[in-house]
Amino acid sequence: MQRNVLEYLEATAPRLPDKVAFSNGADALTFAQLHRAARGIGTRLAREGLDHEPVVVFMEKHPRSVAAFFGVVYSGCFYVPIDEEMPPYRVELIFQTLNPRAVICDEKTRPAVEKLGYAGLLLDYSDAAETEPDDGLLSAIRDRQLDTDPLYIVFTSGSTGVPKGVVACHRSVIDYIEQLSATLGFSEETVFGNQTPLYFDACLKELYPTIKFGATTYLIPKSLFLFPIKLVDYLNEHRINTVCWVVSALTMISGFRVLEKKVPEYLHTIAFGSEVFPIRQFRLWRKALPEAKFTNLYGPTEATGMSCFYHVDRDFAEDEVIPIGRPFPNTGILLLTGDDRPAAPGELGEICIKGTCLTMGYYRMPEKTAECFVQNPLNDTYPELIYRTGDLGRYNERGELVFVSRKDYQIKHMGHRIELQEIEVVAAMHPEVAQACAVYEPEKDHIRLYYTGGAEAAALTAFLKEKLPRYMLPNRMEELERMPLTPNGKVDRKALAGE
Amino acid sequence: MEELLDILKSLHPDVDFEHCDSLIDDKILDSIDIVSLVAEINDAFDVAVPAEEIIPENFNSAQALWEMIQRLDEA
Repeated sequence: MQRNVLEYLEATAPRLPDKVAFSNGADALTFAQLHRAARGIGTRLAREGLDHEPVVVFMEKHPRSVAAFFGVVYSGCFYVPIDEEMPPYRVELIFQTLNPRAVICDEKTRPAVEKLGYAGLLLDYSDAAETEPDDGLLSAIRDRQLDTDPLYIVFTSGSTGVPKGVVACHRSVIDYIEQLSATLGFSEETVFGNQTPLYFDACLKELYPTIKFGATTYLIPKSLFLFPIKLVDYLNEHRINTVCWVVSALTMISGFRVLEKKVPEYLHTIAFGSEVFPIRQFRLWRKALPEAKFTNLYGPTEATGMSCFYHVDRDFAEDEVIPIGRPFPNTGILLLTGDDRPAAPGELGEICIKGTCLTMGYYRMPEKTAECFVQNPLNDTYPELIYRTGDLGRYNERGELVFVSRKDYQIKHMGHRIELQEIEVVAAMHPEVAQACAVYEPEKDHIRLYYTGGAEAAALTAFLKEKLPRYMLPNRMEELERMPLTPNGKVDRKALAGE
Repeated sequence: MEELLDILKSLHPDVDFEHCDSLIDDKILDSIDIVSLVAEINDAFDVAVPAEEIIPENFNSAQALWEMIQRLDEA
């Protein structure tokens, strides 16, 4: 039985040594190069005495970052990807939570790490990757490893202002990759076009099937997602046939009517997720690629990648929502009402998840973990955890699960999961902000920030840019004389949202 | 031009759009900005920015955007 994700790479590298595994169009790593670099990095880290602890990969998005991830896994540690564009304040918060003893950087990110005042081991990717692999050392590490050992930590927005680190183990990822690959039909012929950043679990969809099947992944440069015609040209140039993108990346192409002029002609598998796909836009894609398979995916980071899927097999009216369908095999979904009963057909309930897919919880946050990963309230006979997503859903008349809304102020914006309160906490740190309220407008996919206290919009924007990742920055700022309040004295979000 | 600057300012109040000529190169504008900007330009100037015009050269500065709008307006 497979216990470690690296078994995928070890089966593929000798079989397809010279095939390109990861490329960005300019630089590439073959399976043999990837395997060699990862074992070098693993050897280097293990010689430092690191074991079962987080190693930060603070690198530019590049095929080499993937080799660094696998290198960390070879050493018996777990990788924590950090985005080179993440603002310093957020990186500091993450470092405080992790207190890492080792960081891997590249030439471009080294100054940023040095500015953090981090005192531990700082390895250059190239130096580490060139280390001669010590196969005896690496196999001794592997022998001790369990499939319940952590594989990675990814950080997601936290409502208190501190990002939460979700810890996932090998077994959950192997389970996910097997089920996802069977559902979407990945193979050695698959050519992925990756859009999502490497610091979220969304990229599992490309990374692991690539090493499992000996497929190829193109890490598409982010700048192409601003210019839809160039993006389609890139897809065609590299014969990309499979994409798992956020909806806004797909609608960028269809919304500018690019598909009328130019079609990504090799695309046959299109998965999208976590956001509503406007039906009018979806139809444009359907019309341009009538033979392609379109699949809606749904799932929280806490349940390792995606949990549910729906192959779009019928037409939808413009006011309808594409369902999230049903869980992957070996994943359990419970729909629980406010008083913890199973929701009746059509009744609204909280989507709760159980199974091997459940991650291990939040790193160094036992209370928060215990709040969200709880005993299944329908089972009082043996221990069984479920993850409460905070997402509300219902079953439609066909028995398909449909996402309806959130229980709290978490939103999805450009495919990113954001706690609106995190934006408010950070805005309120500005000396001239008294109160702040962030409101999301789904029609425009805009975040609006209302605030009081007299700060200049320009100064506040600059302040937020230092502290929040780009995708969390409000699209509009508005200063108010005073915040509208509800009768019991809370900020009246509904009034602000209605403006 | 004033109206265009107002649109840009509302997206990024902290940016000096009169003088910046590296809006794309310095990653000041992102994909949602491009989508918002094109929608607002279409509305405000009664033009239809076609996909062929959505290229880095046209979005790097307010001046480049303005020239594109005028070109589309004449067409």
